[in-house]
Amino acid sequence: MTKHPDHISASKFIDELRRYQKGSVSRRHFLGVTGLGLATAVLSSAVPGLRPRKAYAGLSGTLNVTTWPNYFSQENYDNFTKQTGVPININVFGSNEEMLAKLQAGSTGWDVLVPTNYTISTYKNLDLIEPLDLKLFPSYDAAQQDPRFLGPGTIDGVTYAVPKDWGTTGFIVNTKATAENPVSWKDFFALTQGPLSGKVTVHDYQLTTIGSAAKALGYGFNTVDKAELAEIEKLLVATKPHLFGVTSDYQPAMRNGDAAMAMCWTNDAAQLHRDLPEMSYRLGKDGGEIWVDHYAVIKGAPNRDAAYAFLDFILTPDINAKEIEAHGTPSTDARVIKLLPESITKNPILYPAAEELSVLEYGAAETLTNPDRAELMARFKSA
Amino acid sequence: MTETRRPKLVTALLLAPAGVFFVFLLLVPLAVVLLFSFGERAPAGGYVPAFTLQNYMDLPARGKAFFNTLTLAPLGTLLTAIFAFPMAYFLAVKTSPKRRVAMLILVMAPFWTSQLLRYYAWMIILGNKGLPSWLAVVGITDVRIINTPWAVLIGAVYGFLPLMVPPIYVSLEKLDKRLLEASADLGATPTRTFFQVTLPLALPGVATGSMLVFILLMGDYILPQFLGGGKVFFIGNALVDLFLQSRNWPFGAAVSVALVAIMFVTIFFYMRFVLSKTDTRRAALV
Repeated sequence: MTKHPDHISASKFIDELRRYQKGSVSRRHFLGVTGLGLATAVLSSAVPGLRPRKAYAGLSGTLNVTTWPNYFSQENYDNFTKQTGVPININVFGSNEEMLAKLQAGSTGWDVLVPTNYTISTYKNLDLIEPLDLKLFPSYDAAQQDPRFLGPGTIDGVTYAVPKDWGTTGFIVNTKATAENPVSWKDFFALTQGPLSGKVTVHDYQLTTIGSAAKALGYGFNTVDKAELAEIEKLLVATKPHLFGVTSDYQPAMRNGDAAMAMCWTNDAAQLHRDLPEMSYRLGKDGGEIWVDHYAVIKGAPNRDAAYAFLDFILTPDINAKEIEAHGTPSTDARVIKLLPESITKNPILYPAAEELSVLEYGAAETLTNPDRAELMARFKSA
Repeated sequence: MTETRRPKLVTALLLAPAGVFFVFLLLVPLAVVLLFSFGERAPAGGYVPAFTLQNYMDLPARGKAFFNTLTLAPLGTLLTAIFAFPMAYFLAVKTSPKRRVAMLILVMAPFWTSQLLRYYAWMIILGNKGLPSWLAVVGITDVRIINTPWAVLIGAVYGFLPLMVPPIYVSLEKLDKRLLEASADLGATPTRTFFQVTLPLALPGVATGSMLVFILLMGDYILPQFLGGGKVFFIGNALVDLFLQSRNWPFGAAVSVALVAIMFVTIFFYMRFVLSKTDTRRAALV
């Protein structure tokens, strides 16, 4: 290396690059001649993200992860496979009820699950997830999580699930398509039956659709009271003819103008607003849902070792930050929030003001199994 | 005496694989569904052994789904037959034999692509930025096609055309062209020839194709889900809902049994009607 000048000219660099690509020189020669080897070594010590990762030894097979749509960074998953040699199979579901249905049918072959807060106690009671061995994924630090979000994952002092991210359920309005200014769920349902008829979607999901209708009528989000459910059914069935659709995949409809207003989750709102600034996400002043998604390990997972390696990998702060940036849902981990740019942490869609959050409720476990709510939803869809 | 016994044993052994297949993969699952339909839903969802007719009493709660399916499925089948017949006629009668195979492949090719992708394509065509926007240019504004029964019908015809064309094509190909010539010689107009000669002879093919398409449409749920957007609810959607959302397996089983019973009855009477209209000496399916 002392034979060469202290920098390489542009044309010589390209020459060397072509030689390397053709295979005439070794990688060692290339890195040495261009000075890239030294540069990388210097950089990696300065940038934590480039430091060599912990080695995950002795892993084999594939990892099956069951999660939600648009909810991860493909780059991260590819990196995991590169480091461990374990490819990841992703199963995507549209609702927790479907996940539970599959798990109850048994022999799913899944390893890692992404359940929402209200399902964890039911999964534990049905013996579907195992108590997490926190020693196996040290990158998770409970002390760094926002304490508001630690409740659902821990039952009787045993941790069954760790928080992945959190969000809210509100509605999104295309301000260019309509001058209406709804601020509450009451407005939402009134506008659907009025000026916005034919341009509104609601979720194909009992928790949020029944819950939001409950808030519009002044009931609790998680009500299972038969009289209240009857009133909710009346409202929903009256609204049904005015809806554009009942779907949890509302981004296409909002993007191409078929719908002007949609019941919406935080991550979809962030993505829509990022691409189309006229999309305005609102939380209902009369209430709504705040939710926390978790990671859990299925009991009897075929590839338990890879599952824990995956949890350790994905919850490492800088990798988790890349996840958050990819899918846009807010993080529960203080270390991750420190790594995110201000454009994300100051985004009111992702991190709403405290008083807006105070009216929101968590989903309750009994809504998952309550037959009345399920039947109401089915009758509403059938109407 | 040994001569007559051996063939029976041989026959039985030859039929055994197919027999086992049918028993274990068709009859046993149907029996399980029937058994489940008399049970009760477990508290967290699933099946609890019981004997109750409540699930059948609850069937009217899905009345709209049955109504939708029983009107749109036959209508879709009829439309598909109407669109498929000219295409099959053109392929069988008007195309030269050299080109026939290539054209038939072109008709079947969409079948090889993913059905989901084809329905997604229609979602875009029928959505706000597709057909309605072109109609708006001509002056017809505020047209809503997606998420209506019309979208489902369009999707049904498009999706099942490759299934309806081959049986009709086979049936028409066997048509003796001399019969058409004879009919003209006897003074029939082309229209009369078509209705009195061609159509009755092609009827077995139409019947087979219609039966295939009808069965698939009755049980379909992807089509109404994508092109109906939750507003056109079929029995298939009701079943998906019952098994995956409500996890009410007994009620879902009851709906399934009802669906199978309806299809059984419908197809039985349909086939009897069709076979009575065709030449009973060659009561074939094509």
